[in-house]
Amino acid sequence: MAQFPTTLASGLIQEETGQPEEGKLVLNMGPQHPSTHGVLRLVLEIDGETIVKMKPVIGYLHTGIEKTCEAKFYQQVVPLTDRIDYLCPMTNNLTYCLAVEKLLGLEIPPKAQWLRVLMNELTRINSHLVWLGTHAMDIGAMTVFLYCFREREDVLRFFEMISGQRMMTSYFRIGGVALEPPIGFFEKVKKFADRFPGNVDEYENLLTGNPIFMMRTKGIAHLSAEDAIALGACGPTLRGSGVDIDLRRDAPYTSYEKFQFKVPVRTEGDVFARYLCRVAELRESIGIVQQALAGMPEGPIKADSPKVVLPDREKMKTQMEALIYHFKIITEGFTVPEGEVYQAVESPRGEMGYYIVSDGTAKPYRVHMRGPSFANLQSLTKMCEGQLIADVVAAIGSIDVVVGDIDR
Amino acid sequence: MALTPPITDIEQLKSHPALGRLTSWNAAVVQAVKFDRDELTIWIAKESIREVCAILRDFPDCPFNYLADLTCVDWYPSEPRFEVVYHLLSISTKERVRLKARLDGSSAAIESVTSVWPAANFYEREVFDLFGVRFSGHPNLERILMPDDWEGHPLRKDYPVEGYR
Repeated sequence: MAQFPTTLASGLIQEETGQPEEGKLVLNMGPQHPSTHGVLRLVLEIDGETIVKMKPVIGYLHTGIEKTCEAKFYQQVVPLTDRIDYLCPMTNNLTYCLAVEKLLGLEIPPKAQWLRVLMNELTRINSHLVWLGTHAMDIGAMTVFLYCFREREDVLRFFEMISGQRMMTSYFRIGGVALEPPIGFFEKVKKFADRFPGNVDEYENLLTGNPIFMMRTKGIAHLSAEDAIALGACGPTLRGSGVDIDLRRDAPYTSYEKFQFKVPVRTEGDVFARYLCRVAELRESIGIVQQALAGMPEGPIKADSPKVVLPDREKMKTQMEALIYHFKIITEGFTVPEGEVYQAVESPRGEMGYYIVSDGTAKPYRVHMRGPSFANLQSLTKMCEGQLIADVVAAIGSIDVVVGDIDR
Repeated sequence: MALTPPITDIEQLKSHPALGRLTSWNAAVVQAVKFDRDELTIWIAKESIREVCAILRDFPDCPFNYLADLTCVDWYPSEPRFEVVYHLLSISTKERVRLKARLDGSSAAIESVTSVWPAANFYEREVFDLFGVRFSGHPNLERILMPDDWEGHPLRKDYPVEGYR
């Protein structure tokens, strides 16, 4: 029988700092704390209300996905990737598929690329809406949560329409996307995209000028650009500190180079700056959605590569060859040439990277996921030292951690 | 996007800023190179990994100041068994490079790069936890994802995916 861990909260900090000094207290926050956004545990050493030291303790949600990947065929890994960062499943799918396609040297048809951009940006909106709602609620603005989840429900309905699933979509496949969008899908998304900027105005009305929100966020949990880079922070956390980087623009993938969008950067480096970056990103994302809808090309949604991409159902029923390929892919998988790639994608939280090593067989030799939350969590310690306990909640919200992405 | 054979000749690849800097600093640290699928990999002698990282971080023309990722690959049963993999990014020029250091299974230890990038802290703990590779000079090398009393290192290839160990 597994032994219950006996290490005390104070023991963990003592290893690094020795006995807490006279008058200081070690306080345990989490793992079941509503504002840690999952099972994240923080051990805080406090002096009165001020944080002297902080240590994040993670691993409560570790499921060994990297190990599991090594025992699956390449195409069977796609559903596993959904479960890593469960707020942006399609970004995970996209990163994995792009990496395998790079290993295979596979070209993706334009319509599939456009669909990927469209769904990826809707995923970003979905993720940012959850972040905005919960972040505002942590700070005390309850109403915003209800507004955000109203729009998020619409986005989840789009996911359900296109993939049959609200959260674990697995919509992107190696070589393209799983299905043609259903009739009426684009019209519905168009309607949503037309009214969404108005919704963002609503959120901003409630928060951006709100004196209580500003007092809770301005000048709180400051992170300088140098520290952000040294600590490996990424995404809006890095851009909120004045570092101008966005992989969609700097290292374009899936035809992002054909879309017009701005990269919001703020130099203040506090919770409010990160908030402004993300809200501006909501507006940019809906702009990309509009462009993707307007320029959606015609054509196939899967690459023409019968040994890798599953055949259409119709072909399987009429052509012997298609049936054989289907049988081979399902039972034996497809082999991927030897090599290794690191594919990085701008997820809602920052640089999401998949490092895949192939040994020439049908199963990946090694899959490593570089999670943006894992990287951002390291900067939390820096942000919170010298801050008040109540501001820790604001700081966690501002880096938008997803524990599934940290622990994998 | 058909695949082209990888380039492994150092002379041909010297135009890449990272390789150019390293060969002009000390060509002996570069053990091998490979340019495959638009990505450059440089194998570094494991003794000088921290120095190499510091040199690349402080390279004025193209500072590789961002540690994007640090992980490990287990090539069990062949030796040298482990390959520690560093993915570096230059924020200003958006250039990327992959560094690799080979380690023997019997002495799986390498110098920590936490003094170069504090970001390496969690990544090195993760590699230690899941592969059992030790990082000398790491401020707090303990398990990060698995429980403290866990036995074995799950991402090693001789650790089964299911069943008993």
